[in-house]
Amino acid sequence: MSVSPGPRRRILLFAPLGIAAAAGAGFLVMLRGLSSGAYNPKGVPSALLGKPVPEFDLAALAGADRPGLTAAMLRDLDQPLLVNFFASWCVPCLIEHPQLMRLATDGVPIMGIAYKDKPTEALGFLRKHGTPYQRIGVDLPGRVGIEWGLYGVPETYLIDRHGLIRWRYAGPLTEDVVKADVAPLLRRYA
Amino acid sequence: MIAELGHFALALALALSIAQSFVGLLGARWADARLMGATGPLAAGILIATGGAFACLIWSFVTNDTTVANVVMNSHSAKPLLYKVSGSWGSHEGSMVLWVLILALCGGAVAAFGQGLPSVLHARVQAVLALVGVGFLAFILATSNPFDRVWPPAPDGQGLNPILQDPGLAFHPPLLYLGYVGFAVTFAFAVAALLEGRVDAAWGRWVRPWALAAWSFLTLGIALGSWWAYYELGWGGYWFWDPVENASLLPWLAGCALLHSAVVVEKRDALKTWTVFLALLAFGLSLLGTFLVRSGVLTSVHAFANDPARGVFILGLLGCYIGGGFALFAWRAAAMVPTGIFAPLSREGALVLNNLLLCSLAAVVLAGTLYPMFADLLLGEKISVGAPFFNTATLPLVVPLVLAMAVGPLLPWKRATLWPALLRLWWVALAGVGGYFGCLAIAGARLGPALGFAAACWLIAGAGADISDRLALFSRPRAAWARAKGLPRAAWGAAIAHAGLGVMILGLAGMGLATDRLVVLHPGESAELAGNTYTLRRIEDVNGANFTARQAIIEVSRQGQPRVVLAPQKRNFPLARMTTSEAAIHTTWLADLYAVLGEEREGGAVLRLHHNPLAPWIWLGAAIMALGSALSLSDRRMRISAPVRKLAKEAVRA
Repeated sequence: MSVSPGPRRRILLFAPLGIAAAAGAGFLVMLRGLSSGAYNPKGVPSALLGKPVPEFDLAALAGADRPGLTAAMLRDLDQPLLVNFFASWCVPCLIEHPQLMRLATDGVPIMGIAYKDKPTEALGFLRKHGTPYQRIGVDLPGRVGIEWGLYGVPETYLIDRHGLIRWRYAGPLTEDVVKADVAPLLRRYA
Repeated sequence: MIAELGHFALALALALSIAQSFVGLLGARWADARLMGATGPLAAGILIATGGAFACLIWSFVTNDTTVANVVMNSHSAKPLLYKVSGSWGSHEGSMVLWVLILALCGGAVAAFGQGLPSVLHARVQAVLALVGVGFLAFILATSNPFDRVWPPAPDGQGLNPILQDPGLAFHPPLLYLGYVGFAVTFAFAVAALLEGRVDAAWGRWVRPWALAAWSFLTLGIALGSWWAYYELGWGGYWFWDPVENASLLPWLAGCALLHSAVVVEKRDALKTWTVFLALLAFGLSLLGTFLVRSGVLTSVHAFANDPARGVFILGLLGCYIGGGFALFAWRAAAMVPTGIFAPLSREGALVLNNLLLCSLAAVVLAGTLYPMFADLLLGEKISVGAPFFNTATLPLVVPLVLAMAVGPLLPWKRATLWPALLRLWWVALAGVGGYFGCLAIAGARLGPALGFAAACWLIAGAGADISDRLALFSRPRAAWARAKGLPRAAWGAAIAHAGLGVMILGLAGMGLATDRLVVLHPGESAELAGNTYTLRRIEDVNGANFTARQAIIEVSRQGQPRVVLAPQKRNFPLARMTTSEAAIHTTWLADLYAVLGEEREGGAVLRLHHNPLAPWIWLGAAIMALGSALSLSDRRMRISAPVRKLAKEAVRA
């Protein structure tokens, strides 16, 4: 038996190192991307992106002075708009609320859907903190949320002028998100 | 003061570890007996320092020292004492301290039990263990100091995740870490062997107990985690192919392969390069798991402190240890001349088959775990790989593995013929067929579970055949008792561990027949499931130590005979602002009756009822596997692996 190993055996011995190095390089790129935002394992895109909003017809929130919301109202628009799922019981909704108010004063149309929330409590929430919404639909059983593939509240969708869903964000809209995502997208689809 | 002492002890452990790695490596290189002799005391010193640091951490938690940031984040004065203690390793920082403590324990154990080791090998093993310790201590001190102070002190801690306040989870991380870190020892042995350029039967004898110990702790740790998920999370499932679960399964598979291939090194002086590779791989996969869980590169239901900066540090450590180990392997493994030549049909051939199958399984699980991440990175595609992939991809590997598990132990070393072994297995095969048709008869046309029952019967009967064959139970029954006493414990242990897998598969197959129902019941109404009648009596409020709960009282009866009262709860923890669901489980040998309370609606309650046949056998099987390997560990041959020490003892006696 020869003591010096054949070239094939040599290559085999190097294989683990090579595979580990390649995986390590991949992980390093992922970590870099994590801090710059280029890689995000949690950002699962909505299956509805690029598709029209699903059919729905929601009654208005009694006492809020705003009409209800149907899918038909989200087609053939003059400008892109936001659809925001909220609930009075949701703490992050309170966090994003100032951003919604600011967007509304800037003239961005925002449609609200009160998700699994008692109408009186949703109304109390809006009375206390202000209403950024042009229209409000009440989705008490949460069925429309299922149709939209909702993760939870708050969740915000951007609808372009043709009524197609262009962007979805699960979680509270922070100032950074508005600056980095919402504002450019609104300009792009204007 | 105590916290500073703990911080100082960590720094001291780092300094001692650095010293240890130099002393060990240089001592072995120069063959300097005094330097090499210092590695044992240094290992003890590292153990004392890390043990002191860990004690300080526990002290801070038990006294609820709210000037320590880690305590504020993870504890609360109102928590029961057990969870204050377990909270010390519940956080990222604390768990890293536990990690280095267990590493130091391993170093101490190698020093204590390793007096018979060749001193050069011992010094190198200690040095490599210390090198691993250096990396992780530096990681703790640089990025995750558990003793950071906050001033002014917080009024009280912010509680711990109530889901984690559970005895099952209190002991899940320590057991898991004993497994992960135990593979650091086999890693150290492998690196020392590569440095020496020599692997012999004695090396195999030394590596095997460590692989065995690490593997059985890992078995227990994984089983405990899965059991916890089963009874605490209230999903009724036990294994979800979640990336974090897979991360613990990978070293388990590699370690299982390692402890089998180490037998071949020991008995036949063959398969050396491969065994060294497996030893490197098992620890590498343990580290990979640590990295995946803590860096935030993947999504999982398990969340630790996800921090890319820490991720970079851990990746650097991975590069040093895995990269260094494999580089050394590529450079030095060629020096290890393969000596044993063996026939494919033999005990060692069967063990090679076992290794191939186990490693293929590990490769499948690894690919399934990492593929979504790399697909996202390279192709920009969001994919999730779930249970359907893992179930279909692992099944073709598990079936031959199970088939070979009963045959392999009956084959003699060196050269065997298959036919006599198969002849001795006829009644085992009959048991398997019996299990198959028995299941079909009881449960109807359910092929998957029936195959599971067949596999379980085959394995358990196969383990029996192995033992009866060794005892010559049928050919010479009179001498069987004497032979049973003389049979090495390792043989008993192997058979028991194999049977344990059979018991586990029995449980898995039973769970394949599980049924569940989602019902809305008003008080007084009942629902039927699997022959049992579940009647909701009332829904009430109860108060616990640090929670309030809604509790449903469900009476279960069978054919009019009351069996048991189940009381599932929905607990609300005001401090943590969390609601958890506490499943009610009634365990019998045949099945678990499992009820979960959901939302309440118009006076009624949403109840999820599960009937899980044989569910407890899954964890019973895991416990039996661990028991088998513990028995194997207690084998005399493991202890006399130190011939020098034995001689020394005999000299003392004389």
